Amino acid sequence: MKYKILIVGMVLLFGLSSVWAQSEPEESDSVVIDSAELFPAPVSDIKLSDKPNDHGHAVVVTWEPSADDGGGKNNVVQYEIYWSTSFDGPFDTAGVVPSGTREFEHVGSKDPDDPKYIPDNTDLFYQIDVVTADPLIRTTSGTEGPVQCSGQWYNTGRTPVLIAVLIFGLLTAVFVTSARKGRKLYVRPIGGIEAVDDAIGRATEMGRPILYVLGLGSAADVATIASFTILGRVAKRVAEYQTELIVPTYDPIVMSVAQEVVKSAYYDAGRPEDYKEDIVHFVTQSQFAYVAAVNGTMLRELPATNVYMGKFFAESLLLAETGSLAGSIQISGTDEIAQIPFFIVACDYTLIGEELYAASAYLGREPKLLGSLKAQDWAKAAVVILAIIGLIAANLGWDSFTNLFQVVD
Amino acid sequence: MNRTTLIVVAIVAALFAVSWIAHAVSMSGQKDNVVDAFMLTMAAFLTLAIFSFLYRDNPFYKFAEHLFVGVSAAFWMCQGFWSTIVGNLIPRLSEGLSGFFQVPYQASSWNFAYWIPVILGLMLLMRLTKDYGWLSRWPLALIVGTTAGLNFVRYLRSDFIVQVSATFMPLLSNESHPWEGFGAFLSNLNLAATGQLVTIVANWVIFLGVICGIIYFFFSKEHTGIFGRASRVGIWILMITFGAGFGYTVMGRISLLVGRITFLFKDWLQIIS
Repeated sequence: MKYKILIVGMVLLFGLSSVWAQSEPEESDSVVIDSAELFPAPVSDIKLSDKPNDHGHAVVVTWEPSADDGGGKNNVVQYEIYWSTSFDGPFDTAGVVPSGTREFEHVGSKDPDDPKYIPDNTDLFYQIDVVTADPLIRTTSGTEGPVQCSGQWYNTGRTPVLIAVLIFGLLTAVFVTSARKGRKLYVRPIGGIEAVDDAIGRATEMGRPILYVLGLGSAADVATIASFTILGRVAKRVAEYQTELIVPTYDPIVMSVAQEVVKSAYYDAGRPEDYKEDIVHFVTQSQFAYVAAVNGTMLRELPATNVYMGKFFAESLLLAETGSLAGSIQISGTDEIAQIPFFIVACDYTLIGEELYAASAYLGREPKLLGSLKAQDWAKAAVVILAIIGLIAANLGWDSFTNLFQVVD
Repeated sequence: MNRTTLIVVAIVAALFAVSWIAHAVSMSGQKDNVVDAFMLTMAAFLTLAIFSFLYRDNPFYKFAEHLFVGVSAAFWMCQGFWSTIVGNLIPRLSEGLSGFFQVPYQASSWNFAYWIPVILGLMLLMRLTKDYGWLSRWPLALIVGTTAGLNFVRYLRSDFIVQVSATFMPLLSNESHPWEGFGAFLSNLNLAATGQLVTIVANWVIFLGVICGIIYFFFSKEHTGIFGRASRVGIWILMITFGAGFGYTVMGRISLLVGRITFLFKDWLQIIS
């Protein structure tokens, strides 16, 4: 009997334990309910759009923040944005932004081999997790999408640049045509350039060479291009006077172009036989090694005239000071604002900024260059007028006018 | 080389050797002490050789100059070969050569486009030949034309449009103190760097400086009358700016000089600690 009671008791105990075990999930359910109160509210009103004015491979995600971001439970730390090419996932991390943010630009790579690649013209889906200080306590939004991204041919943010290009191009065309028809365009005298001919004459009389330094710019820099024109003029005069010319260069492409310029100048002067390939020579592409070499040339060859035209950096004073010590007449010109002071103190004549560009037109007197110079002056007049109007607009709060000049990337 | 020069060169060589040995001995506990001592002495010697230019041109300066030019020219050539040709070109054009140079081959359907710079590069090299030298003008024209065109838009944006919009500034107020009449202006008068009066004066200087500076750079009109006076103001503003820039840069150069002198006296001569 005792055994029967014991067995029944064990069965009851087992049954109770089973009931107890079954009731545990209910207890865990009650924990879930408790912790659910910690879960932040999801974001709402998720909007997806292709990022405008770009090369594609980018999506803009906007949303209304969670009700618990800055209010409610106030426990939102960050938003994690996930993306996928399928509605059902799997989702990859697109990015993480701090609480309070309402927008995220998912900018990917255009290289298919890149892990950050985002395909164009493909359905993309997004989810946003609202994350608390405990990364496990988070709320995931529903899947939003599809959206497709693509590149645009025209960047509307750069319309002001397009308008400026068209106006400037039109002005240039008008003035070049006008100059070609024989209209005389006045260019005011530029001291430094008028001194070039005198300096070449001085070198001829002294029987010493002329050193022409094109600077450290590339062949595409505007200052270097202007310098090529001046070099052509100097080389032509040098060829006519049969003076020696030395052109040490820093950039191999600049060297090639300068060789062509000098060669043409010698041909134009009717002295092709005097042209030598090593008039224009390459030194090195190391800034201060180049300076050391040019300084050495100045002290050994003792040029009568040093001409520095182009783009210069920290070497400007080193060159100009050495030339001054060597007793050379020095003419310089650069559009590098930080280097102009050094040339002013160490050279006899200095072309400041845009005077360098004007010098090529002044020397060449070609319709193309003169027309371009005249167009530049009109553009400067436009700058003055627009600056005055804009100033008045800014002071009176006319934002519609000032906004016309906002260029967006 | 005359006798005096030979004697000076011999003395400097002896000093160099003494310095080398002395430093090698002082570094005797270290690994590669002989090489390190040589490098330290060579650095000091080259620094002094370049400084000797302040006296006049001399064999030591010539040596340093030629060493510098030669090493840098060779360095940049190697750099160009390994970073451009081996680093960028070969991995896109040849799997076999990629294996030879031990760089990963980057297969892509667009790799054929990399033959264009190869052809342009070869055309540039044609200038070494007499008969086909004219071919080098085509890549030169492409380089200059393309980059000049790209720069045109960039300059128009940064030097024209942004310059214009940067001049749109309040001349009678600043953000913290909007213009509310002269009474409020005088009562809020503040001469601090961020104060209302200073900001307004700075804005006026910028505005007038820009206008007068632009007038100075007008080339197709004679600088006479009011135009001439505005141009004079423009050149004064430019000169004041250049003066400030000069002082600022000279200070930077002095710090470079201090760096070299510190090296000589601390690392080489070990006179200062």
